[in-house]
Amino acid sequence: MNPSDLVIDVQGITKRFGNRTVVNNIPMQVRRGEIYGFLGPNGSGKTTFLRMLCGLLKPDGGSGRCLGFDIRSESGEIKKNIGYMTQRFSFYEDLTIEENLDFIARIYGVPGRKAAVEKSLEQLGMTARRSQLAGTLSGGWKQRLALSACLIHEPQLLLLDEPTAGVDPKARRDFWEEIHQLAAGGLTVLITTHYMDEAERCHRLAYIAYGNLLARGSVEEVVKAAGLTTWEAAGPDLPALAEKIRGKPGVEQVVAFGTTLHISGRDAAQLRASVGPWMTGAYRWQQIESGLEDVFISLMETAKDNFS
Amino acid sequence: MKLHEFNWRRFWTIVGKEFIQMRRDRVTFAMMIGIPLLQLILFGYAINSDPKHLPTAVYSADNSVFSRTIVWGLRNSSYFDIVREPKSEAEIQRLLAQGTVQFVVHIPVDFSRKLLRGERPDLLLEADATDPSAVGYAIAAINLLTTTVLNRDLTGPLTNLRGSPTPFNLVVHQHYNPENITQNNIVPGLMGVMLTMTMIIITALAITRERERGTMENLLSTPARPGEVMIGKIVPYITVGYIQVFLILLASKFLFNVPIVGSVSLLLVLTFPFIVANLAVGITFSTIAKNQLQAVQMAFFFFLPSLLLSGYMFPFRGMPGWAQDIGEILPLTHFLRVVRGILLKGNGFAEIAPDLWPIALFLVMMLAIGIKRYRQTLD
Ligand SMILES: Nc1ncnc2c1ncn2[C@@H]1O[C@H](COP(=O)(O)OP(=O)(O)OP(=O)(O)O)[C@@H](O)[C@H]1O
Ligand SMILES: [Mg+2]
Repeated sequence: MNPSDLVIDVQGITKRFGNRTVVNNIPMQVRRGEIYGFLGPNGSGKTTFLRMLCGLLKPDGGSGRCLGFDIRSESGEIKKNIGYMTQRFSFYEDLTIEENLDFIARIYGVPGRKAAVEKSLEQLGMTARRSQLAGTLSGGWKQRLALSACLIHEPQLLLLDEPTAGVDPKARRDFWEEIHQLAAGGLTVLITTHYMDEAERCHRLAYIAYGNLLARGSVEEVVKAAGLTTWEAAGPDLPALAEKIRGKPGVEQVVAFGTTLHISGRDAAQLRASVGPWMTGAYRWQQIESGLEDVFISLMETAKDNFS
Repeated sequence: MKLHEFNWRRFWTIVGKEFIQMRRDRVTFAMMIGIPLLQLILFGYAINSDPKHLPTAVYSADNSVFSRTIVWGLRNSSYFDIVREPKSEAEIQRLLAQGTVQFVVHIPVDFSRKLLRGERPDLLLEADATDPSAVGYAIAAINLLTTTVLNRDLTGPLTNLRGSPTPFNLVVHQHYNPENITQNNIVPGLMGVMLTMTMIIITALAITRERERGTMENLLSTPARPGEVMIGKIVPYITVGYIQVFLILLASKFLFNVPIVGSVSLLLVLTFPFIVANLAVGITFSTIAKNQLQAVQMAFFFFLPSLLLSGYMFPFRGMPGWAQDIGEILPLTHFLRVVRGILLKGNGFAEIAPDLWPIALFLVMMLAIGIKRYRQTLD
């Protein structure tokens, strides 16, 4: 692969707050036009990592390039070419929609500013509401405004920190449509999320917990690498069954999914042996593909044992 | 911050945004303009007013026609309402301490005897001067009284006791606040007080708010540099500071007839370092405060000693040494001297210079701390 195609190419990124290592030795390679998912439990260091990428925080260790610029010494250049959408709505609630867009456009020195703001308002469908204060928008609309504002200077890289938290399914789907269109046009997107369906819409993803990188690759690669076996059981009184199976050797997760139960573990043979006694009578069993969620929970449980 | 990195376009963008937000935040805006006006009116007119019928106690150890005439004269002046006739020194002190009476008139034992001998006996007036504006006029009134009140008793052979020197000697003891602060003193001083309060609170709030709401993170992820953000945010408040200065100067001249002897333009120039010194305090506080409430609390933490120890509330020379030492550090102390010096005494630069360098020193120190801490909070 041609290294100039790597929009993000960093190694060993580390950040400590006091003596707590919040981001530990994380590498990341993201290609141009790629939608890269960044997942991990709360407090795992995702936001901190994004802040280091865009020069808001200085990493304590590690090096690399973002958009071809050194993340340590050229953060000014990086900032000009990225759009960072923070986890919390962070535009001015006491400015109108139009004033917010105009402010950001001025800050970036967007050429043809007025037209750019106008276009942005149009795409948002907010032309008629341009004088509405941003603070009076609903959560979903705030996210859309934030995304538009991040895009107004036509960045080459978008960093989106949980952009769809609290957004309804339709708006979420529209949002992802747009992201895919933008990526098809050559924009690179690094996005954090806690939603599995969103993780599956990413080209590739990385999973971190407690600041450590646990898995990365495409969804299939991540699932495969985890080596998890999952059985699905259906039948009467599943909660009782779950109680009996939980804690048996090789059984790592027992999760209720509607009218079925998913039981998974990494040691296929031991798992089979443990659930064997119930594979009779009223229960129907089948082996299924492990889901991304099962994989992540399994990774997290293991990480808990290893790192904390 | 290197100069070539400073981008004026981004700087002015931030200034413009700040003005829009200021205009929209009606409450804060009203505070910035309203508080000086309100204070002016309250302070100014409280002093301008001429309080009468002040509760007075008379302690007369000399029951003579003269003492009765003096009491009658006091009553007639309409400044004094005689409400008590204490029997002992202890009672007098208690009445004053509790604020039951504003004045105590002492007529000593052999008042009439000495008077008749032409020995000019003392008439002691004790005043609770906590609020000097309350007693000033009354003291003036009793002064006037001393020359004339006894004229109707000093007839016949006693006529030669009339006139000057007055037949008796008025001794005024002012308690609690020996120096009189006049309106001329207070109204110009208000300028410094207002600037201290608004500049610190407003800057501390403006920066803390940006951080509290998360907009600072957004702003700093753009090419905007920390220096541009900080200066862009405080410049609008310098404008506000000057609006306050103009308001107070206008009020001084037209509402309170404070004589403006010195150069107003000199004052306006010298106001600048004082405003910036206070802004620097505001910036420093904003880097410590976790939220806007804390920012306001810290601002008051600084504002109160400034108010109390600068010589605005209490005469500077009346304070104990340690309080004066603290006062000397505060920029308000020196600014008050500058303002009063220029406006009332017509001081020029030479006379004011000794009060400029402490402000400058404070400014440099605060700015250094503020910028250093501001840098740290970015990480
Ligand atoms: N400025 C800071 N000082 C000290 N600790 C911090 C600071 N910022 C973040 N942390 C800590 O670092 C850890 C990682 O935080 P971070 O916000 O990066 O997690 P996250 O993965 O984004 O979590 P979430 O999914 O909840 O958004 C947390 O434990 C947090 O408490
Ligand atoms: Mg986060």
